[in-house]
Amino acid sequence: MEQAQATKPTAASFNFGREALRRAGRLPLVFALTVGLVVLCLLIGQYGSEELKTTTVTGLVDLIMVVGLYTFVGNSGVLSFGHAGFMAVGAYASALLMIPILTKGALLPALPTFLANASFAPVPAALTGAGVALLLGIVAGIPIVRLAGIQASIATFSFLAIMQVVIGNWTALTRGQMTMTGIPISIGVTEPLLWAVVAIGIAYVYKQSRFGFRLRATREDALSARSLGISVGRERFIAFVVSAFIVGISGYLYAREVGSFSPENFYLEITFITIAMLIIGGRNSLAGAIVGPVVVSVLLEVLRQSENSSLPVTIPNGSRDIAFGALTIIVLILRPDGLMGRRFS
Amino acid sequence: MKEVVQYVIDGISLGALDALLALGVGLIFGVMRLVNFAQGAYIMLAGYVLFFTISASWAVVIPLTLLAGIAIAIITERVAFRPLRGADGSTLMVASFSVAFLIQSIMITIEGSGPKSIPIWSFVSESIKVIGLQIPVLDLISIGVSACLIVGLWLFLTRTRTGLAMRAAAEDFQMLRLLGGRATRVIAVAFALSGLLAAIAGVLLFSQTAVVGPEVGTDAVLIGFVATVIGGLGSVQGAALGGFLLGALTTALQATLPNGLSAYRDAFVFGAVIALLVFRPQGLLGNRADAERVV
Repeated sequence: MEQAQATKPTAASFNFGREALRRAGRLPLVFALTVGLVVLCLLIGQYGSEELKTTTVTGLVDLIMVVGLYTFVGNSGVLSFGHAGFMAVGAYASALLMIPILTKGALLPALPTFLANASFAPVPAALTGAGVALLLGIVAGIPIVRLAGIQASIATFSFLAIMQVVIGNWTALTRGQMTMTGIPISIGVTEPLLWAVVAIGIAYVYKQSRFGFRLRATREDALSARSLGISVGRERFIAFVVSAFIVGISGYLYAREVGSFSPENFYLEITFITIAMLIIGGRNSLAGAIVGPVVVSVLLEVLRQSENSSLPVTIPNGSRDIAFGALTIIVLILRPDGLMGRRFS
Repeated sequence: MKEVVQYVIDGISLGALDALLALGVGLIFGVMRLVNFAQGAYIMLAGYVLFFTISASWAVVIPLTLLAGIAIAIITERVAFRPLRGADGSTLMVASFSVAFLIQSIMITIEGSGPKSIPIWSFVSESIKVIGLQIPVLDLISIGVSACLIVGLWLFLTRTRTGLAMRAAAEDFQMLRLLGGRATRVIAVAFALSGLLAAIAGVLLFSQTAVVGPEVGTDAVLIGFVATVIGGLGSVQGAALGGFLLGALTTALQATLPNGLSAYRDAFVFGAVIALLVFRPQGLLGNRADAERVV
């Protein structure tokens, strides 16, 4: 496969033949990774142990979240701490639509009638949940995209903190700090896998669209991009909203695969781990957003199994987390731009 | 009236702590463009040192705790952050998560994940009576220590050669090196200072809460970081002001919000943070050139 490395814009970049060739070379990478992911997951679904399947499903939920995060962070270059908020909204909204009506009446007596009587099939619930996340993305995006760099990151964190407080206290809708349960659980690798492919598809289409190109232009040089008539805020806003939708899907899947959750499941831990996955994979490319979660999930699983001494190499108890922390530091020192480097696809 | 004065003192005391957190975070961000989440782990480690040594005299305990903070900061700089110098800000930040996670995991392996209560010195929990007001000694200590540190740090940055080099590094790191500034030393000193500030903030924090656990530091760093950004990056006064403002706002909302809304206090605080950033992206005392708004 042709290695589509990022090159500095030189005269050769304007040679259209080469450009077309490079674009053709870029397509198969994400494509090949997706096919690889599908094959791997289907094999695990067929032959893996129950434990391995659970890990795979969790990994796929993380992957969708990271792909959504990439859509904004990767293309815009602005780091977001807030996307777990969209995951929370996707999870809570779709859960409210999926919980059987009788259970819902017992769990959430103060629910508004239209929600209390709603009973959605999984796919419409997923799309509605993601849709609510998208609407919230529109509201939150308006102030956030106006800010640059580190200020924008602080604003996204503030958004996350606000979401935590609101979800944790809106008892009528969310049971507050108490656990939300009663969601019909689906156990299986296939459904999350299909959603992962959908998420990668959306991210890919966005990335290859004119909006994606414009936004990446602002990431590389905001001033030049503006001089070409690109509105930085508008392009960021579009990416923010699209990414909120994708992350909303991951929230729905979280609800459906885990079956119970509380606000703290969508706070700092998930935020840190998904950002780490994206940066370790390589924040500049969709390929990185696929590779990062897979590598981190596999690494964690291998360490977990060697702690349980089901692998030839046994490590002492408790050293899994220490090893994980040390390994991520080493990976970052060796590949500061992530495993996929400064590749652009 | 008494209540108001009480709230004002509470606000200043909380603000003083936030200001210390903000100074440590802002110092490293200024020099290295690193959002150092490991700062939280320095605070946590200081807490454990307190926990291990508290039975000794305070004249032993406090220097030990501060030394531990400085040592861990220098070690993490040498092992993790020096090899990453020049890497993208997000890479540095994730490396700092990893460092924090590593230190946390080591502490969990040694001491378990449960919270430990620290039998803190009894004199800090006393209060003194001044014209009919009960003023906790700890509030006075927090305010005094923070004031000294803010002035001290400001003097260090403006009156010493290393401080000058540090400000130069924050302005333009490459230029400092070209002019023969000892960049590596400057960064190491900045880390040592941030470790010291973290340890002091830790001592004050744990004197208040009397509990330490593996996860205590994370929120503190986030608060410190928010305070630095709203105060204005790259200015000591800004970081201090941001910290005090955050503390004051939190206390004021606590006092004034009606019952139904008081649970939403932090939502109002962070809403105000977003609003402030939209109207003044460079922060309160920041330089306009540091942060243009996008639109």
